[in-house]
Amino acid sequence: MKTNKFVMLFLILITIFIPVITYIFNINFLLIQLTMSIYYTLVSLGLCILMGYAGQISLGQAAFFAIGGYTTGVLTTMNFINIRENYLINFLIKCRILTFDKGFYGEVIYFSPFVALIIAILISILIAYFIGFAVLKLKGHYLAMATLGFNIIVYKIIKGTKFLGQADGISAIPGFKILPFLVIDGSNLNRITNFYFASFLLLFVTWLFFNLINSRSGLALRSLHGDEDASNAMGINVTFYKRAVFVLAAVTASVSGFFLTHYNGAIGPSEASIIKSVRYVSIVAVGGMGNIWGVLFSGIILNFLSLRGVFGRFDDAVFGIILIIIMSFAPHGIFNKELIFEIYNKSIKILVSKFKKDN
Amino acid sequence: MDLSIILQFIFSGITVGSIYAIVAIGFNIIYNATGIINFAQGEFVMLGGMLACTLSRYMPLFFAIVLSVLITALVGSLIELIFIRWLKSPTVLQLVVITIGISILIRESSLHIWDEQVRALKFFTGNETTSINILGANISPQVLWVIAVCSLIVIFLVFFFKYTRIGRAMRACSENRDAAGLCGINTELMVNLSFLLSAAIGALAGIVVSPLTQTHYEMGGDIAIKGFTVAILGGLGNSVGAVLAGIILGLIESFSVSLFPSAYQDVIALSILLIILIIKPQGLFRKKELAKLKEF
Repeated sequence: MKTNKFVMLFLILITIFIPVITYIFNINFLLIQLTMSIYYTLVSLGLCILMGYAGQISLGQAAFFAIGGYTTGVLTTMNFINIRENYLINFLIKCRILTFDKGFYGEVIYFSPFVALIIAILISILIAYFIGFAVLKLKGHYLAMATLGFNIIVYKIIKGTKFLGQADGISAIPGFKILPFLVIDGSNLNRITNFYFASFLLLFVTWLFFNLINSRSGLALRSLHGDEDASNAMGINVTFYKRAVFVLAAVTASVSGFFLTHYNGAIGPSEASIIKSVRYVSIVAVGGMGNIWGVLFSGIILNFLSLRGVFGRFDDAVFGIILIIIMSFAPHGIFNKELIFEIYNKSIKILVSKFKKDN
Repeated sequence: MDLSIILQFIFSGITVGSIYAIVAIGFNIIYNATGIINFAQGEFVMLGGMLACTLSRYMPLFFAIVLSVLITALVGSLIELIFIRWLKSPTVLQLVVITIGISILIRESSLHIWDEQVRALKFFTGNETTSINILGANISPQVLWVIAVCSLIVIFLVFFFKYTRIGRAMRACSENRDAAGLCGINTELMVNLSFLLSAAIGALAGIVVSPLTQTHYEMGGDIAIKGFTVAILGGLGNSVGAVLAGIILGLIESFSVSLFPSAYQDVIALSILLIILIIKPQGLFRKKELAKLKEF
C-alpha cells in the first residue's frame, strides 16, 4: 500500500512538471498526443480489472468507447434553434439541460454536455448490464466471440445509420465547459488545462480502482481471481461480481470516449472497430492482467508511440506481434515482479558463467 | 414476392451459406483436434482468394487454384508449428489472444504484400453476364460452382474422416489425445494436419466465392465471425450440423435484405450469434447433456 502512495505522489509530481518541460523545450504539441493516450489508457484500465480479476476477456471495449462518444456527439450537435420560441425549450435552457451558445455558424441550442455525460453513462450501464447478464454465463472462447460479435454489431450499426454520420462520423462537436477556466476542447489555449484534467482523471480512476481492490468487494474480486469455484463455495456471488466488473469496465470506456470526443471535437466509426478493441486487450496483456500500474504505464507508452506514428504503416501489425509475443512468453505481462526477477537471475547467471570462463 | 424472386433469394442464401458452412467446418476440425477456436480461420479464406487472384495471372486457372490451396495449407501448418505447438498447457485466454494476434499478423502482411484494392478472380465458366435460368430465376454459373465445390468438400471430409487411416487417427485424437498417443498415433502430426486441412478447405472456399463476392484483405474478420456463428448454431464440433446451420444462416441473411436495409445485414447474423450463445450454446441440433461433456 505504501508503494502505491509513493508511486501516486511521484506520478502527480511528474504530471505537474510535464507541461513545464514541454514549454521550456518548445515541444508543446506533444501534449495533444499525450492527452489522447491518457484517455485511451483509461479504457485499458477498466479492461485490466475485468481481465485480471473477473478473468473475463472482453473484445467489446471499443464499442463502449464509441457508445460514450457517439451519445455526446449526437446530443450536443442537435440544434433546437428553430423551435426556440417553444416554452419547453426555454424551460429546459433555464434548467441547464439545454445550452444556448453563439457558435461559429450562428446561434445554437443543444443538450448540455453534463446531461450527455449522464446519459452516456446510463446507456452504457444499461447495455453492459444487459450484455453482461447474458454473456457472462459463457466462458473462454464463447465470451470472446460474443463480445466480439457485440462490437461488430455496434460498428455496423454506426456505419449504417444516418444520424450517426455513417462512415463520416460526427464532427463539429462543441467543447465541454466544466468550469469557466476548464473547457474540454481541442483549442491551443486549453492544451495545458486539458492535459492536467486528463491526467488527474486517470490518476483519480487509478486511485478509485486501488480502493476498490482493497475494499471488501475487492477481497471478493481477488478471490475470484484466484479460483472461481472456490470463491463460489465460500458464498461469494460470482455472477454478481463478474457482471459488476463488466459494467465498471464499460462505464470507464464510455466516460473516456465521452471526454476524448469532446477533446477531438469529432468521432468516427473507426473508434468502434475491432482492431481498437484488440489494441486495448494487447495493452492489458503488456501491462499484465490485474496489474493496474503496469497497464497504466504500458497504455501511455504504447498509445503515445502509436499516436506519434512511430510504428508507421505497421501500426496494427505491431499490436498483433505484441499480442503473440507477450501471450507466448510472458502471459502475466512484462511489468511483473517474478518475470523481472527471473530475467535478472538468469542474466546474472550468464554473466557469472562468462566471468568464470574468462578466468 | 413471386416465385422467381424467392428462388433468387434461396440461391444466393445457399451460396453464402455454403461458404459459411465450410468456414465453420474449418473451425470444427481444429476445435476437435485441439480444443482451440482458431480466430484466424477467416484469414485462410482471404489468403486463398488473394493468392489465386495473383497466381491466375501467370498460369492457367486450375493450376493457380491448386497452388494457392497448397500455399495456404502450408501457412496453416506453419502457424501450428511456430505459434501453437511449443506452448506448455496454455490457458483458453492465452490461445484466444494468440490466434487473434495471428489473424492480425496475416491481415497486415497481406495488406503489405498486396494492397487495399478489392480483387476478384475471373469466373470459372462464362463471365459476369452469363446466367442460367432455373424456374425463372437467373443465376450465375459460379453459384453452381460454389455449391458443387462446397458439397464436394463436405463429401470428401465425411469420407476422409470415416474411411481413411489418417482421418480415423485424427478422430481418435479428438476423442482422447492421450489414449490416441498410447495407441501409437502421432498426435502432434494429427494436430498439425488439422490446421493444414482447415486452412486448405478455407482457401478453396475463398477461391470459389471470389468471383461473386470479391476478395479484400479485411474480409477475414467478418467471414470468421459468421463461420463461428454457424459452427455454434450447428453445435461446435458437429460438421453435419454446420452444413445445415450454414444454409439456414445464409437464407436468413439473404431474405433479411428484403426487410431491412442491406447495411444491417451483418447485424442480423451477429444478433443471431448472441441469441444462440445465450439461449442454446450447445447448438440447435444437440442435446444439452452431450454438450456438457465437451469443455468450453
